[in-house]
Amino acid sequence: MSEQKLNAGRRKALKTLSALSATGLLGSFVPGAWASAKKVKMGFIYVGPRDDYGYNQAHFEGKSSLSNLDWVKTFDEENVPETIEVVKSMESMINLDDAQVLFPTSFGYFDPHILKVAKKYPDVMFLHCGGLWDEKKHPKNVGSYFGYIDEPVYLAGVVAGHMSKSGKLGYIAAIPIPQVLRNINSFTLGARSVNPDITTNVVFTGGWANPVKEAEAANSMADQGIDVLTCHVDSPKVVVQTAEKRGIYSCGYHTDQSVLAPKGFLTGAEWNWSKVYADYAEMIKSGKKIPNLIRGGLKEGVVKPSPYGKAVTAKAKSDADAVLKKFMNGSMVVYKGPIKDNTGKTVIPEGKAYTQTDIWLESMDWLVEGVIGTTKG
Amino acid sequence: MYRLIESILIPVMALLLSLLVFSVFIMLSGSNALEVLATIYRGAFGSWFSWQNTLVRAAPLMLTALCTALPARIGLINIGGEGAMVVGGLCAAVVGISMNGMSPMVVMSAMVITGMLTAGCWVAMIGALKHYRNVNETISSLLLNYIAIAIMSFLILGPMRDPATLNNPSSFPIGEANMIGNIGESSIHWGLVFGLVVCIALWFLMRRTSFGFAVDMTGGNIRAAQISGLGVGKLIIITCFLAGAATGIAGVIEVAAVHGRANLSLNSGYGYAGILVAFLARHNPLAIIPVAILMGGIRASSGLLQRGFDLPDATTLVLQGIIFIVILASESLYGRIKWLRPMAVRHG
Repeated sequence: MSEQKLNAGRRKALKTLSALSATGLLGSFVPGAWASAKKVKMGFIYVGPRDDYGYNQAHFEGKSSLSNLDWVKTFDEENVPETIEVVKSMESMINLDDAQVLFPTSFGYFDPHILKVAKKYPDVMFLHCGGLWDEKKHPKNVGSYFGYIDEPVYLAGVVAGHMSKSGKLGYIAAIPIPQVLRNINSFTLGARSVNPDITTNVVFTGGWANPVKEAEAANSMADQGIDVLTCHVDSPKVVVQTAEKRGIYSCGYHTDQSVLAPKGFLTGAEWNWSKVYADYAEMIKSGKKIPNLIRGGLKEGVVKPSPYGKAVTAKAKSDADAVLKKFMNGSMVVYKGPIKDNTGKTVIPEGKAYTQTDIWLESMDWLVEGVIGTTKG
Repeated sequence: MYRLIESILIPVMALLLSLLVFSVFIMLSGSNALEVLATIYRGAFGSWFSWQNTLVRAAPLMLTALCTALPARIGLINIGGEGAMVVGGLCAAVVGISMNGMSPMVVMSAMVITGMLTAGCWVAMIGALKHYRNVNETISSLLLNYIAIAIMSFLILGPMRDPATLNNPSSFPIGEANMIGNIGESSIHWGLVFGLVVCIALWFLMRRTSFGFAVDMTGGNIRAAQISGLGVGKLIIITCFLAGAATGIAGVIEVAAVHGRANLSLNSGYGYAGILVAFLARHNPLAIIPVAILMGGIRASSGLLQRGFDLPDATTLVLQGIIFIVILASESLYGRIKWLRPMAVRHG
């Protein structure tokens, strides 16, 4: 708060200074003062705890990495529900902390909360994680960013395909939305690129943070002879730990979970928000116009694979590394026909390929052949 | 008079004591306790912005607290507020969506009435199960929460889902015209007025009518109530219905004033937070109002604490927990403060 007052004081001083500079007296003095007052102020809001080993921690780590830039000031709030409370948190950051740009990171914050607040504060930029921004419908001071995380998920699938002895993989997912389905499909396609007979069992828990159901699902999957587990929920902690306890392999998600399963952790798909947030800070500092949509995959550095665990064999590593190389040079296409869904219908015919950026992939409502489960949840 | 002084003095002392305990906790975690307390005050009540922040968070708590407070008066520990709120909001959304196009006043009224009726019946069911089948109401209300949430997930991810809401599944919108807006120029929605009115009305019913007396008597000694000819079953069911109806309004407000559609954030913990408020208010509907505002204020200040002191969000949970324990412990003081006794003799 004291800094708040200081800044207000600085602003007043600046007014005086610029008035003086107009007379030519202090012209050379102004830019320095201006730069020091113009710290880039970025506010972050998470729906869960900062240390959830998952979605929220990934954003928190991204935010924390900015602390070594002395011209950036960041602040954050955790456990903010997707109700009117997030509206109040955003307004508080704008009014009390002078935030110039806000990163409300949870999906449910977007409509109606961000859209509502953005209209009220046209000078503040609202950047939302998830890629929902639509030029036709949404305000100009709103933007979204997202990563093609199904690329490292595909890599994890390749590793899982090598490591599974039973040929049965398990996927514990929150709710059947396009993003989640895309990860399940990419994981399965990755595994089946190694062994075409592999199957993936899917369980939807119905919520993003449902640790009891996640543990139940993980245990029942282990009982069924599934020997590699992965998940798409807010915090993979429970799934990874349960897999370790049951002596089976696991692949992580959101952040690096290798410490939770030193024996059975294979690899995982991680966000690399520190790069994304540093880029944004840089754009604001240099006064560049911030693009309303930012996306990228492995090549752009928005997502990355977790380091391989101890158990991963050399063959699995070299295969996955080969695919990684193809992702990095842009020649890898995951959704290339012929691809059938798990009801036997051809969804992508022979000769047709959807590259990562294809918008069609973002309304995915089918599960690929080899997945045991339905999109009904 | 004695009772009034006692019922104000004890909670205030308890509150001060909990702030003291909390200060020790803050000092142990390495921050300046006075600064932290000042920040909590500033974040909760320090400015008009903070007040709006607080009141908007307090509004749903007033309504969900009643879900525990009313049944407690008749001797039932009901923790089904979360489920009642979900049911009320969900059913109101169904009505709002299907009546789209009619006059907004009609749609809004229909939504409020639907929310009250459905959530009322939901909680009345808990009372009926207890009275007629002797099912433990705490367990059944908790389990019914999960059922309500599961039904909501099923409907919102299935039949009610607006296909345009790809990655944040929600129902179809009720329409901008049918939204219950904010009070005047403020950023507080009308949910606050609903909360205040319902709390005051139910206080009147519980403390100033023969119905309320019968409820308290049943809660005090159910056998005595039966022997004196009270229809205990009916009383239980009506009380539970009223509790559910009040909470249902909180669900309607979430749909009609905040989101404009039903989605999974109907289940965001207001029902559970209401339990705390009800116990702190000692199940008195009127006392729920200041307690809900206090809790709303603590929640509102959480953000400032996190940003200003790098304290985790759990800090405010610790404060809430300390207040809860100290106030519960202070219950044993009622009627035992010696220097207040003479007044009791004088005023009876």
